[in-house]
Amino acid sequence: MALQSGEKLPMFIGHVWSKQKSRWTLLGLRLLAFLAAAAATLVMVLNKQTKTFVVATIGTTPVNLTLTAKFHHTPAFVFFAIANGLVSNHNLVMIMVDLLGSKFDYKGFQLPMIASLDMLNLALVSGGANAAAFMAELGKNGNSHARWDKICDKFGAYCDRGAGALIASFLALALMLVITFLSILNLKLVNSSSHNSHNNIIALPN
Amino acid sequence: MAETKRIFTFLLRFIAFCTTLSAVIIMISSRQRATVLVFSFEAKYSDTPAFKYFVIVNAIVSIYGFLVLFLPSKSLLWRLVVALDAVFTILLTSSISAALAIAYVGEKGNPIAGWLPICDQVTKYCNQVKGALIVGFISVVLYMLLFLYSLHTVLNPLLLEKS
Repeated sequence: MALQSGEKLPMFIGHVWSKQKSRWTLLGLRLLAFLAAAAATLVMVLNKQTKTFVVATIGTTPVNLTLTAKFHHTPAFVFFAIANGLVSNHNLVMIMVDLLGSKFDYKGFQLPMIASLDMLNLALVSGGANAAAFMAELGKNGNSHARWDKICDKFGAYCDRGAGALIASFLALALMLVITFLSILNLKLVNSSSHNSHNNIIALPN
Repeated sequence: MAETKRIFTFLLRFIAFCTTLSAVIIMISSRQRATVLVFSFEAKYSDTPAFKYFVIVNAIVSIYGFLVLFLPSKSLLWRLVVALDAVFTILLTSSISAALAIAYVGEKGNPIAGWLPICDQVTKYCNQVKGALIVGFISVVLYMLLFLYSLHTVLNPLLLEKS
């Protein structure tokens, strides 16, 4: 990689990137992923159902047992809520950086950082969604070998809302996959256009 | 320097292949027969879909790891290896996450749902599953390192070389 005198190393220039058409696609996808992950978090955190069971009858008075199903009884759902919260926060920050970042100075490190953070959040949301999916399957079907009863016939509304949160999270997972792919592609696009301009790195005002 | 890098990468891939293979083997061989009151039941990994998913994903990744070990270093397929590394790392994280969630319920139970922990009845099975999960976790970390490294090696020369 021999450099001639007077040439600079190719940097990741923001103003060239901001003219790409893929910028608006990426922004739209990030908005959708933010909404999906935020919806998943909110639905899971607010998921709660109380039900009263009659367990015995003493004489003529029934003995009632009130059980509440909340998301924080299951660590997998807690992890799901935290992971989706982090992913929605990441997408919100990335949207802000995209819209407002052109006013700040670039140090050349921004685009690889965005791609790495996207990959990390992809792994996070995949872990959270999958753990909650298998816990939900356990709640729906039970496990006859371990003598674990299914609970979805008793707490139907809790299960339905959990299923909705899972669907939103898997949608966020698919969107994060596309976003990561586009962010990694952005690295190559910027560099090839900077080569075409013969490494003329002058920050144009937006 | 390049030779050291190649040997180091090969070694890392070999260790990652070994960990995924051993996770599969430990999980498959975990089996215990126990008698509770009058019932005699056998705890196997295939009772739980989460453990079956864990075994299937680790088996696929170990086959992939074995094939990549034989890839010649100048071939163009290394760009495909970057993409496949990404896919398999994500699959591994999801499988370990699911298996950990179910293993936690098996260990501690869930009092609200009336699920009793089963680890005190089938201790040997439980310990073997825990061992498989630990090895699986190591394989996740190794595959993440391999993915980042292959991303750096394959993409960076594309970015920094003069076309």
